Amino acid sequence: MWARAWRLGLRALVGGRRGFTCKADTKGSGRITAEVIEHLERLALVDFGSQEAVARLEKAIAFADRLRAVDTDGVEPMESVLEDRCLYLRSDHVIEGNCAEELLQNSHRVVEEYFVAPPGNISLPKLDEQEPFSHG
Amino acid sequence: MLGRTLREVSAALKQGHITPTELCQKCLSIIKKTKFLNAYITVSEEVALKQAEESEKRYKKGHSLGDLDGIPIAVKDNFSTSGIETTCASNMLRGYVPPYNATVVQKLLDQGALLMGKTNLDEFAMGALGSDTGGSTRNPAAHCGLVGLKPSYGLVSRHGLIPLVNSMDVPGILTRCVDDAAIVLGVLAGHDPKDSTTIQDPVKPFVLPSLTDVSKLCIGIPKEYLTPELSSEVRSLWSKAANLFESEGAKVIEVSLPHTSYSIVCYHVLCTSEVASNMARFDGLEYGHRCDIDVSTEAMYAATRREGFNDVVRGRILSGNFFLLKENYENYFVKAQKVRRLIANDFVTVFNSGVDVLLTPTTLSEAVPYTEFIKEDNRTRSAQDDIFTQAANMAGLPAVSVPMALSNQGLPIGLQFIGRAFCDQELLTIARWFEKQVQFPVIQLQELMDDCSSVFENEKLASVSLKQ
Repeated sequence: MWARAWRLGLRALVGGRRGFTCKADTKGSGRITAEVIEHLERLALVDFGSQEAVARLEKAIAFADRLRAVDTDGVEPMESVLEDRCLYLRSDHVIEGNCAEELLQNSHRVVEEYFVAPPGNISLPKLDEQEPFSHG
Repeated sequence: MLGRTLREVSAALKQGHITPTELCQKCLSIIKKTKFLNAYITVSEEVALKQAEESEKRYKKGHSLGDLDGIPIAVKDNFSTSGIETTCASNMLRGYVPPYNATVVQKLLDQGALLMGKTNLDEFAMGALGSDTGGSTRNPAAHCGLVGLKPSYGLVSRHGLIPLVNSMDVPGILTRCVDDAAIVLGVLAGHDPKDSTTIQDPVKPFVLPSLTDVSKLCIGIPKEYLTPELSSEVRSLWSKAANLFESEGAKVIEVSLPHTSYSIVCYHVLCTSEVASNMARFDGLEYGHRCDIDVSTEAMYAATRREGFNDVVRGRILSGNFFLLKENYENYFVKAQKVRRLIANDFVTVFNSGVDVLLTPTTLSEAVPYTEFIKEDNRTRSAQDDIFTQAANMAGLPAVSVPMALSNQGLPIGLQFIGRAFCDQELLTIARWFEKQVQFPVIQLQELMDDCSSVFENEKLASVSLKQ
């Protein structure tokens, strides 16, 4: 009984149904401005590194834009598949820990029991103060 | 011995036909011979031999810990292993030695398993072979002729699994046969106080009943999975499998999962967003790689992350951050969460209509040669290869890939069964029936190695290595 539906489905295929990975709509939208690039690099603390990376992001956005076609009126966002259950919470009893030495061992820069960071409150230089994409 | 099922090896160990040390050494020898495959990032030879010694003592006294005592296992390198380097195949974690074991690793060790080493993966499990977030247990299983099981989300602890997408990650199990997967699942499943996303329901041991009569089963064939990109060989095997069930009396019906075509896009947005958040912890301060720049905290973080992450990882972090920007949050992230609900609901509707299990392809085709594979970029590959597998991750459902047959090129092809949430036992029972029917040929490892050794002496293999 399913086989007949299968054959109909195959016929529809031959009729030129679109597959999942249609490349036509993955052109860049050109909306990644220098401002957005700078903003993202600052937020992510990861740099694009090349024009290709920017183009890849544009394609990723164009791909994500396909979601607009779905009607989600009245649909609640789903955060977890276990949303109907109560999250387990441990009781507030400290039974483990005291492993500072073990944890400090994994860091490159430690002074006594401190992880050492360089000075804070210094912003990353703005894009125009940096070199243009020279890596990648 | 190395081609046998878990139960067979376990029986041999109990009867003294082979000792854990001998088994361990055989394994280590094959690992050495196949080093060119770069399958292992770290081989924990000393640890394994010591564990083998202890297992041997237990067997001599007749006190074996169970079916897994003395059994060699390998663990993907994104699971924390105490005292053994855990890198996620990334520069970011080169040299990182966790001070604790992931819960699933601990459970296996408590049963006496021998840890042979940490296996390779795409950096932070973000390749097209995916993470057990999008199908990376089932996809490789299908390509390599193994059983790949993704249990229900919430059944197995993620504590110690370096997270990619918290709402979808599940530790996956790769074994030679369905029975073995059930044994391992039985050891791993259950509530973990250290992972509050594990369910608290008591978990029964996974003894699979023998299924002989499938006439009461209803198998669903999702019509949207019949795509133009599906290879004719896989399509034909899928059809054959459906016919097999029907001929044995099962009800086989076409069903619809209407939002299937949006699941890859939805996954792409949710995945990159959660990744952006999860990768934020890698700043070089407490663990992992740290660059030499000392000018400022931000400059140090930025350089550390540039040096530590590859292009794919950085690309996903940037995409994720884009979707999470205040002006984009509703239209991308929340929108994707809504679509996720629609996708999950599609499955609920189908299972509520009387379907017991869905039967689908696992992959579009047999494994593609490396030179072909690298022609497309990572996102395109993920989009293509995860098509059939990631919807189960979005809905949190159990899914298993079972090898069915060899392609015309002699490469394995597997099919996927998707079950109802927390009905992993039923799913595996049906999978085992199917496995028995199709009798997929067991690989003759020794013959293969003998054939290969002369070929590989002369060939230069392309490989992506952390330790270049």
